[in-house]
Amino acid sequence: MTDQTASLSSFKSEEAQKKLRKRHWAERRFRMYGIAAILFALAFLVFLFTSIFTQGWSAFLQTSVKLPVEFSREVINPSGNPEAEDEIFQANFVKLAREGLYKELGIDPKDRKVRRDANRLLSRGVDVQLRDMVLRDPSIIGTTEDVWLLASDNADALLKGSIDRETPNDRRAVNDQQVAWIDQLVDNGDMKKKFNTGLFLNGASSNPETAGLGVALIGSFFMMLTVILLAVPLGVCAALYLEEYAPKGKIADTIEVNINNLAAVPSIVFGLLGLAVFINFFGLPRSASLVGGLVLTLMTLPTIIITTRAAIRAVPPSIREAALGVGASKMQLIGHHVLPLSLPGILTGTIIGLVQALGETAPLLMIGMVAFVVEYPATPLDPATGLPVQIYMWASSAERGFVERTAGATMVLLAFLIVMNSLAVYLRNKFERKW
Amino acid sequence: MEAKVEDRPATKVEEPAEPKKTGQSAPAAPGELKMKAADVNLWYGDKQALYDVNLKVFGQSVTALIGPSGCGKSTFLRCLNRMNDVIDICKVEGDIRLDGEDIYAPDVDPVLLRARVGMVFQKPNPFPKSIFENVAYAPRLHGLCATKAQMDEVVETSLIKAGLWEEVKDRLDAPGTGLSGGQQQRLCIARAISVNPEVLLMDEPCSALDPIATATIETLIDELKENLCIAIVTHSMQQAARVSQRTAFFHLGKLVEVNDTSTIFTNPSDQRTQDYVTGRFG
Repeated sequence: MTDQTASLSSFKSEEAQKKLRKRHWAERRFRMYGIAAILFALAFLVFLFTSIFTQGWSAFLQTSVKLPVEFSREVINPSGNPEAEDEIFQANFVKLAREGLYKELGIDPKDRKVRRDANRLLSRGVDVQLRDMVLRDPSIIGTTEDVWLLASDNADALLKGSIDRETPNDRRAVNDQQVAWIDQLVDNGDMKKKFNTGLFLNGASSNPETAGLGVALIGSFFMMLTVILLAVPLGVCAALYLEEYAPKGKIADTIEVNINNLAAVPSIVFGLLGLAVFINFFGLPRSASLVGGLVLTLMTLPTIIITTRAAIRAVPPSIREAALGVGASKMQLIGHHVLPLSLPGILTGTIIGLVQALGETAPLLMIGMVAFVVEYPATPLDPATGLPVQIYMWASSAERGFVERTAGATMVLLAFLIVMNSLAVYLRNKFERKW
Repeated sequence: MEAKVEDRPATKVEEPAEPKKTGQSAPAAPGELKMKAADVNLWYGDKQALYDVNLKVFGQSVTALIGPSGCGKSTFLRCLNRMNDVIDICKVEGDIRLDGEDIYAPDVDPVLLRARVGMVFQKPNPFPKSIFENVAYAPRLHGLCATKAQMDEVVETSLIKAGLWEEVKDRLDAPGTGLSGGQQQRLCIARAISVNPEVLLMDEPCSALDPIATATIETLIDELKENLCIAIVTHSMQQAARVSQRTAFFHLGKLVEVNDTSTIFTNPSDQRTQDYVTGRFG
């Protein structure tokens, strides 16, 4: 030991040099492990994003076809009474669309086989499209208009290249005749891919081309609203009490341990709890976004309490002393100093909790939010789904259109998460104060 | 309890072997008795931090509390405006009076007490707000200023008294945390005197400052004591000698000796005081 303090020259010996080289190498290696770990993680992230993006971007485009549709009065409204909505609802709009298609393609409507092939170019959702047009503006009855109608899943797939033209006719989902028609329409500019507003507006549908995230978006919105309205005030108040008022002791310790444990409880357990308490005991409706929001509130509460407590604890004691020293009461101390100073931390924690809640699927499955809901939910008590649940449901469908929609919906969800996380970072930087 | 107040400038000198009672042996200081602590015992949980402290603090003068680290001088100072209340495990026994009123009486609101007994801390701790807001905070809290003009005046007077006005009058909206350490501490003093307290407690106010800023603060203390009763905890014996009229020496939670500053530094009656002020320990 005494040799080491002798002089600097002793470090120049061969052995000391070797030791030094070994230490430097060890340090470099240690740094390289870190870089390797980060690169590995980044590679996976890039892989994940590219895979989702390449699969999902096409979901934002949907093939439509422009057809001259004659809104014939005999078909839509034979009685001539514009008040007769029942009549309009039951009218055979598919027939109108198909007649427009035959005209456009210049084919003989008498040939049943040809007719059937042509019919398959149109989506099964065209009747709703036309009916909505008529209901919106009944004056178009009796006129002929060029209308962009949804093409079928298969036509869409051919245009997006997911059906290979090289595949032999008998093994291809669209036959040669249909391919020829599609090419003809595309060449005329009467069939093209347009931005898919239906993806964001439509509800559930068994046809991929008319299925959308509308109901899921509204459901997720209601759930987030419930979580914000319940979890944030509850969590912040609980954290404030525990941190500022609760006497330190066994009870406080027990509560603290339990809150930390709650944060680690698997989310499906919260789903079971919600099923047992909110639906079976309190009798709230199944599949309702209110129940989903309540369950997610329970799940988010520990996160918010823990982050809020950490933020409150980070307020420097000197500021507390300063406020108390000039005669601020406890409540004034909290209201004027502790809360404003811990606000960035509270906001960050809240948003991270919300992001967790937004992406949560398992508890929603337990309370029946995995449902086929076509109509927009008007209130949080109406049946709805959520974004992640919609992804789950689409992922289990086989049609080609649902595969791309699954990836597309994932992109929408990721976009929400990224926006919310950026908001958290922005708010933290904006409100952060230096002392 | 008026009877106890009457005996204040007692001139009889106890024998030095009885350090506990030296608190009452102080010769007359300028000004009248402001605060009086009698038999103060304090515990942090099971650990006793103060033993039977008896000390008087007089108006229009500076009382310095000196002693080695951990001797309880800051703890005692914090008893005088009940800042120890916020520590859960802290228990105080004894009688502390401000103008003859028991400040630990159940009907005394610690918040109002702290408006009368202001405090300046070791580390400058301005609020992360503007300079104006820092000073205006306490008057606003206690509803002292009805109008904006009154508030402006209070802020200006406080900053002038704290010797900071000339340096900051053009940037009252700038954040208080952007000032230098010495300026921040003067801002904290301005904040403390903005509600016209009767007593100002200073807990090592210069320990984080350079000598020049320290000198400024010391001059300031000298000026402030004309209208205030000041108790200052300090580690620097030179500082105690420079600014204070009376000095109390604490050791291991006990008040060893209290007397005129000149007496403490030139002719202390207790051996421990002698050892400490001559630098033999602490």
